[in-house]
Amino acid sequence: MTYNNKKKWLSAPYTLWSAIFIIVPLCMIFYYGLTDKTGAFTLDNIIAITTVGHAKALRLSILLSLACTLVCFLLAYPLAMILANRKGNKHQFIILVFILPMWMNFLLRTLAWQTLLEKNGVINNVLTFLGMPNIKIINTPAAIVLGMVYNFLPFMVLPLYNALSKIDENVINAARDLGAGSVYTFIRIILPLSVPGIISGITMVFVPALTTFVISSLLGGSKLLLIGDVIEQEFTRASNWHLGSGLSIVLMVFILFNMVLSAVFDKDGEGSML
Amino acid sequence: MRNIMKKIYVGLIVFFLYAPIGTLMVLSFNASKARTKWGGFTFKWYAALFENEEILSALFNTLLIALLSALAATLIGTVACIAMAGMKRRTKSIMMGITNIPMLNAEIVTGISLMLLYISLGIKFGMGTILLSHITFNIPYVILSVMPRMKQLNPSTYEAALDLGASHLTAFFKVVFPDLMPGILAGFLMAFTMSLDDFIITHFTKGIGVDTLSTKIYTEVKKGIKPEMYALSTLIFLTVLALLLLVNLSPEKKGKKNTVETLEGNRNIR
Amino acid sequence: MKHYAQIPLYNLKENLTQPRPKCHTRILRFLCMSGICAFMPFLFTGCASPVNDVSEQVIVYNWGEYVDPETLELFEEETGIKVIYDEFETNESMYPKIEAGAVSYDVVCPSDYMISRMIQNDMLAEIDFGRIPNAKLNIGAQYYEQSKGFDPENKYSVPYCWGTVGILYNKTMVDEPITSWAQLWDEKYTDNILMQDSVRDAFMVAEKLNGFSMNTMVPAELETAKNALIEQKPLVQAYVIDQVRDKMIGGEAAIGVIYSGEAIYTQQENPDLEYVIPQEGTNVWIDSWVILKDAPNKENAEKFIDFMCRSDIALKNFEYITYSTPNDKARELIEDDKIRSSPIAFPDLSQYDNLETFSYLGEEGDAIYNELWKEVKAY
Repeated sequence: MTYNNKKKWLSAPYTLWSAIFIIVPLCMIFYYGLTDKTGAFTLDNIIAITTVGHAKALRLSILLSLACTLVCFLLAYPLAMILANRKGNKHQFIILVFILPMWMNFLLRTLAWQTLLEKNGVINNVLTFLGMPNIKIINTPAAIVLGMVYNFLPFMVLPLYNALSKIDENVINAARDLGAGSVYTFIRIILPLSVPGIISGITMVFVPALTTFVISSLLGGSKLLLIGDVIEQEFTRASNWHLGSGLSIVLMVFILFNMVLSAVFDKDGEGSML
Repeated sequence: MRNIMKKIYVGLIVFFLYAPIGTLMVLSFNASKARTKWGGFTFKWYAALFENEEILSALFNTLLIALLSALAATLIGTVACIAMAGMKRRTKSIMMGITNIPMLNAEIVTGISLMLLYISLGIKFGMGTILLSHITFNIPYVILSVMPRMKQLNPSTYEAALDLGASHLTAFFKVVFPDLMPGILAGFLMAFTMSLDDFIITHFTKGIGVDTLSTKIYTEVKKGIKPEMYALSTLIFLTVLALLLLVNLSPEKKGKKNTVETLEGNRNIR
Repeated sequence: MKHYAQIPLYNLKENLTQPRPKCHTRILRFLCMSGICAFMPFLFTGCASPVNDVSEQVIVYNWGEYVDPETLELFEEETGIKVIYDEFETNESMYPKIEAGAVSYDVVCPSDYMISRMIQNDMLAEIDFGRIPNAKLNIGAQYYEQSKGFDPENKYSVPYCWGTVGILYNKTMVDEPITSWAQLWDEKYTDNILMQDSVRDAFMVAEKLNGFSMNTMVPAELETAKNALIEQKPLVQAYVIDQVRDKMIGGEAAIGVIYSGEAIYTQQENPDLEYVIPQEGTNVWIDSWVILKDAPNKENAEKFIDFMCRSDIALKNFEYITYSTPNDKARELIEDDKIRSSPIAFPDLSQYDNLETFSYLGEEGDAIYNELWKEVKAY
């Protein structure tokens, strides 16, 4: 009994912390989002998402982040399968290979892509040297997706890798012994068992991609307005916090959707990153 | 054949991840200040780096914040995990739901909401506010890496220790803690990395004259990055890479299993 | 295919007898520890820099790369006042930070229209010119005259830099003289044009092109300007702020909208570049030092501004940032004859028509511009 009481007491620091630094700030966003400059209640800031500029920005953001999530998934799944099948004890090493790039600053890495992709950039210089036609990708949606994929790929690889390496090989072997082909085994055994990792990966990639604002200005030449850019500008340039908060609330709907999704599929935290 | 294909595939993705890093390293030896022009090979930026107090103090801030916030987050997160293990399922899932918020919420929203909080509480912006924010977004990473370990714990070992006369505290530190250690370390490392790499939240919660490498770089991006920054990043990266290779290539010491390793077995017995 | 044969064995071992060998625990622990150790030297270097002495300091909020860091050191040496220096990118991003009140600055360096906004919102302190002798001594009278547009009685601001906005072009990439804003709409230069990524600057170009005032609030004119910008968008390579500098030097684009102050620097780096003030007229701007009303270190702020107005210091800054200085005494000290009489750094404004300075359009006006700009960007 004492043990349990003690445990309850142990939860106090975190409960307090999350109340102050997670719940209260969230409430403040809601307060700002649902009031106007005079402090009166209004839904205008939420409805503002339907104005031409905002709706377009949101649609583009969703499109690009879906594309990014899809590409990440298609790249990461085979990779995670290969890695998970590796023999030996390289588990932590593999994880480190994917988080090591994060030790080089995110902005610098994205800027490096600019140097690579530019018209007179590294890639085009190499292509010219080889006598091949140049690529024209900088300042296009493709460049933004590339930047997103680059930055968020580890967040897809790690949960997938984690989920896949937890699959008991015996189950797969049993399926094979019973005569299932590779494709059938994959569809009926491997894929369903890795669902928590997939959901976790999708969430970890889709949400940051949806809300990013730095990548679009560095690789997209600020020609494409994403919803993250709009919110950032409302707060930092136009200083309309109410509108910024209102649009943030709209974004939260997607996040909520994602949370429900991961709660349904990932009951035991199987798809965690590490 | 298939194995070669696999190796090529992994190689390509690793190349994709490390190509920009290679580019930055090359730029750190570029004599021209402009990012777009190659002006010859030089080491001068490395020399200049150690005389650039602004960058060094930004580095100091970054490391200090990463270290402190990772430590604090690890402590709070681990304690929270232990507490949550004994909770009812319902309370636990609510707690986990709240834990997920900073991870799933847009960074920009987290950053702004924290900024609003500090303003309304009248907290002066500075190192303190950055630290508080970083602890906040680091805790989930710790919880998410400790929690799976927690689930793998075998409660009977703890009870056995109690039966054998150990106090709660001794039993915890001798039996439970070593078992959690890998999760805690992984959480710490993840938190440290996340803090190191964060820009958006720091951008909104930093005070005057307090810069981390990220915010310093952001102001520089606009005007053209100072090459010293490339030099610094190269140094940091190479240091970590060297350590990683060193540890990974060093021959394994056999026959010296510590408690962690022995206790690891428990999760499979369960 | 073949290797599957080994897996059951390996797996059996893992699941029944032993866990995966935990070498990675060791790796992680070692990595954390040595990571920290490796950074120790850095940590100590960092420690060596003195902690802010709260008593004697001045907190400056300035544009990025807008001062020679050496002059700040000189100021610290001479006065013993520690300079805490912070940078912003645009007037628009500077304002809310001050308004939010989360941080309190002493000296800020906004542009003309932002100064008038700050005056209107009662955010600035009147400047005691008696305590800043260099301000009247060294700075040309015409610049104070010009400042009257936004600071009618010259009570709140001391000019620091000024200039025009024009077109920077790469001589090797165009085959005709560039003289007009209209050339930014020429399809020849598709994907070779850099536009400014800030509301007022972008609209200024479109408004001047159509012969409107750049402070217009006439809905029809705004609509025309907006449509012009939308029409131009497919031709534009990128909307940038300061990055225009790097990109033009690297030959990424043929023509770009740029502040005159950047022109000299970019020309030094790439001699193919040429700066021109378009014939339709442009923006003549002044960035001035102001002291905030609730500045915690007013006296130090005055000392700082006075120091910045000293001719030798102003010269140092001019040489470093290459933005035109209103400091006549400093200009006299410039050794290079070409630069001292450079039409880029010190243009004779009487030669140009339709020059204007931004004025503050009120909260409503700002909101309208922001909304239109969003429509352009989202189009």
